[in-house]
Amino acid sequence: MKKILIVLLVVIGFSNCRKDPSIVGHEEVEVQPDSMLGSGFYLLNEGNMGMNKASLDFYDFRTGVYKRNIYNEINPAATKELGDVGNDIQIYGAKLYAVINMSDKVEVLQAYTAKRIGQINIPNCRYVAFANGKAYVSSYAGIVGDPNAPEGFVAEIDTASFQILRKVTVGRQPEEMAIVKNKLYVANSGGYSPPNYERTVSVVDLATFKEIKRIDVAINLHHIKKDNYGNLFVTSRGDYYDIHSNLFVIDTQTDKVTDSLNIAAENIYIQGDSAYVYSVEWSYISNKNVTSYALINVPEKQIISKNFIADSIQKQIKIPYGLAVNGTNGDIYVTDAKDYVTPGTVHCFDRAGRRRWSVTAGDIPAHFAFLP
Amino acid sequence: MKNHQAFVANVLSMMLLLAASQRSAFAQKQNDSTRHSQDSIKIRVLEEVTVRSKMLLQNKSVTPVQSLKGEALQNMNSLSVADAIRYFSGVQLKDYGGIGGLKTVDTRSLGSNHTGVFYDGVQLGNAQNGQVDLGKFSLDNMEEISLYNAQRSEIFQPAKAFASAASIYLQSRTPEFGKEKYRVKTAIKTGSFGLFDPAVLWEQKISRNISSSFSGEWINANGKYKFRYTNGTYDTTAVRENADINAWRAEAGLYGMLKDSSKWRVKGYFYDASRGLPGAVVANKFSRGQRQWDRNFFLQAFYCNNVNKRFNYLFNVKYANDYMRYLDPDFVTTAGYLDNRYKQQEIYFSFANQYKIAKWWNVAMSGDFQWNKLDANLYRFAYPTRYQGLVSVATDLHFNNVVVQGGALQTMVWDKVEEYESAGNKQKLTPFLSASWKPFAKSNLRVRGFYKSIFRLPTFNDLYYTFIGNTSLRPEYTKQYDLGFTWSKAANTNPVFIQLQVDGYYNTVTDKIVAVPTTNLYRWMMLNLGKVEVHGIDASLETSWKCFQQLVVNATIKYTYQHAVDITPDADNYNQQIPYVPLNSGSAIVNMLWKTWCFNYSFIYSGERYSQKMNIPVNYVQPWYTHDLSLSKKFSCKHFNGKLLLEVNNVFNQYYDVVLNFPMPGRYWRVGAEIGIRN
Repeated sequence: MKKILIVLLVVIGFSNCRKDPSIVGHEEVEVQPDSMLGSGFYLLNEGNMGMNKASLDFYDFRTGVYKRNIYNEINPAATKELGDVGNDIQIYGAKLYAVINMSDKVEVLQAYTAKRIGQINIPNCRYVAFANGKAYVSSYAGIVGDPNAPEGFVAEIDTASFQILRKVTVGRQPEEMAIVKNKLYVANSGGYSPPNYERTVSVVDLATFKEIKRIDVAINLHHIKKDNYGNLFVTSRGDYYDIHSNLFVIDTQTDKVTDSLNIAAENIYIQGDSAYVYSVEWSYISNKNVTSYALINVPEKQIISKNFIADSIQKQIKIPYGLAVNGTNGDIYVTDAKDYVTPGTVHCFDRAGRRRWSVTAGDIPAHFAFLP
Repeated sequence: MKNHQAFVANVLSMMLLLAASQRSAFAQKQNDSTRHSQDSIKIRVLEEVTVRSKMLLQNKSVTPVQSLKGEALQNMNSLSVADAIRYFSGVQLKDYGGIGGLKTVDTRSLGSNHTGVFYDGVQLGNAQNGQVDLGKFSLDNMEEISLYNAQRSEIFQPAKAFASAASIYLQSRTPEFGKEKYRVKTAIKTGSFGLFDPAVLWEQKISRNISSSFSGEWINANGKYKFRYTNGTYDTTAVRENADINAWRAEAGLYGMLKDSSKWRVKGYFYDASRGLPGAVVANKFSRGQRQWDRNFFLQAFYCNNVNKRFNYLFNVKYANDYMRYLDPDFVTTAGYLDNRYKQQEIYFSFANQYKIAKWWNVAMSGDFQWNKLDANLYRFAYPTRYQGLVSVATDLHFNNVVVQGGALQTMVWDKVEEYESAGNKQKLTPFLSASWKPFAKSNLRVRGFYKSIFRLPTFNDLYYTFIGNTSLRPEYTKQYDLGFTWSKAANTNPVFIQLQVDGYYNTVTDKIVAVPTTNLYRWMMLNLGKVEVHGIDASLETSWKCFQQLVVNATIKYTYQHAVDITPDADNYNQQIPYVPLNSGSAIVNMLWKTWCFNYSFIYSGERYSQKMNIPVNYVQPWYTHDLSLSKKFSCKHFNGKLLLEVNNVFNQYYDVVLNFPMPGRYWRVGAEIGIRN
């Protein structure tokens, strides 16, 4: 019996190593102060699906400190933290909106403190856009419980009360939106039903909140960004096989496609008269991802250059994922999502493409929001 | 780390203590007056803990083996094979929680696809994804569960038995009759999760040499249980939803022996289940609506001829038909909800031969053929068919003190597809060598070691799954080096039985098949990318004690150390522990038998782990440990016998995740009753 007691003691000794529940705190990395640039930017890390590891980083231009994973400490009371797959982040007024796709919510934070002030429940929400004191959120979700309702919707939300005011049905699996003169344009992907992809941009009149027309563009649309000339740049993902990714231009005066740039475009960022584009395509020949970059002159709709960042760094970036340009000094931010399951990196380049700094972010660093 | 050191120190001191208390030999002469009662207890002990078979099995085996059988298995606080396998050392069970949750096993950090699962001697395949859900297999009619590293220590077996890095053998009950003609057992279990689990077993002696058995079970549960997540500030308790299961199992077997004493067996198996998939618990989304249906059927036959003293042969044949349906109401396509259906078929045929060249020398050769086909209603699906030929040659040299087994396996694979591109043909030759040595004639100590090189083929999903599959994948290789010993002793004084088993090993996994991202989160690609290196120790100590004449105590303690690191060149996580493999884990079981009562205490510990590749705070997963108790009482009168069972599991109500965001149940209980008739 003595030995059994020993066994039990061992067992009890063993049982001692569970830590008290605690908050995983933020981490700080000193990067490079540059007080001329304004306040800073937020970076939303998507986190892999099912991992519940969406996270928020903040880079403070003035102090040059990059703070990783700030949400948990600021909002310890948020059950299960920020959530699963952060898909979009925007600042409107004094509020920060983070669209958390697989958590079916838009998280509303105070823009300057990242303190949580509310949450808008929208199933399978994707992107957010703003106009006239309203937020517009696109969603893949059809009518819950109806297998014959594959169409998604855009919800109109009051930015004071966080209440959904109106909903409009658009195409299947709608993605990013752009608002030009009281018209909301949403890129439909139809990604749930290959090869029967959507190939249109839905146009919604904001006054009546009705879909007034669809513009035929190409299959599997994703990003849509407006320039300063009333044009929209729309990316098509292609079908990953024979039809390649492409970039199109819509003229919002006529609501017609005017140009196709014939370059692969996974993501696009427009800053002034420049559009920055990258793409990652899988090559069945080399069994490798082929990445490409392009700089486009927006008014001319011409490709100026096939790379906008230094070659040596370009090779290091495994999967370019997030893209943003600083409006003040033209710094370019490109994130590397690597293998999606290890923390990614944010690289900062000056307007000539020379690297200024790099810092480790969260899992799948993806979406930027600049704090004014 | 401190705890781990303390633990090792404790185990060592315990071993010393036990060794010092060894005094008398097994066959020591006893005083006449006490001999009778001693003997009867001894017999009882032998019966209850099957000491002899344990000693035989583990001493005979040149590869490390662990097994749970008979009464010990039935008293284990386990509903399924998966629950029981957690107690083995060197094993990590990937458990998605609840009764219906997927449970797969990873042996010595090689990855779950490297463990072959054999049901009554024939491998349970899944050409689609290589996963065998051990939660599906009930313990109700299970006789024995064994885990062999490398392979079963036997050369006279199908070539497939050489084809995995580790093998789990599930042996269902085989009818054995004395004077009686039939045996019927009905059992029922109920308890937490809304469990309703009735089962029936009927064994019939048909003639002197033929018997039959039928086993049926229905498992119905709403699967609801409380779980809790907290970070110290928020503290949320909720109920797991959409975790229900409704499953039927029916098995029928015919067992026979011919006049020439050759054996045959035919077995049919049917399983049908419908279950909810509760999914990951993430912020703002605690329940989901996905569902899964499974229907598995197989028919297998076995014939073993032992007529000739020098030459034996063994036939195995199997047909399997599996259907799986996955429904996702959150994923609405133009054709309605996402509704994927997968149909798999398998035909398997094996012919194994053994020839005895000399008393100390056997040679064996086996040839297997396997055909697999997968249909699915997926976009751009390839409709693959795989033909596989396996030939093994092996030899076994056994002398008094030394046993050597070695051989090689030749695998040939031909893939054909109806559409798109096929992965083509592959051929591989893989060797293995194992040996054991008994250095002292008087001591039951055996030193053993093995080397094995084997691979797993890319599954149909790895190769052909739309958007993800990559037909240029190579097989994923493992190399294992193991050195260990077994020492056992039976005695008349306490401890009446003791067995110590320790193995140290070094494994490598190369060309690991991993999913790497391409354009976006929905597009992944399978690649041969990873490389893993494992240094590990498996240790187990089993003891039996008798106290106060009537009380028998069996205590087992197991410990696993696994330093399993990613050594993929240029990886950010180079030399870091791979996800979900704890450095330290272990289990302890104390089983007390007193007259018709049985009390069982079991404990499982799993150390800290990481949920993803980088060993950083955000990926840290807490250790977990559960304490389970069970009490059972047997009754018998004339032709009837019965048993009542009460279980309380996770007594201290610990809330934990094995797989991140898939919460495990807190405290739960089960009661069971069974009644048997034999006549």
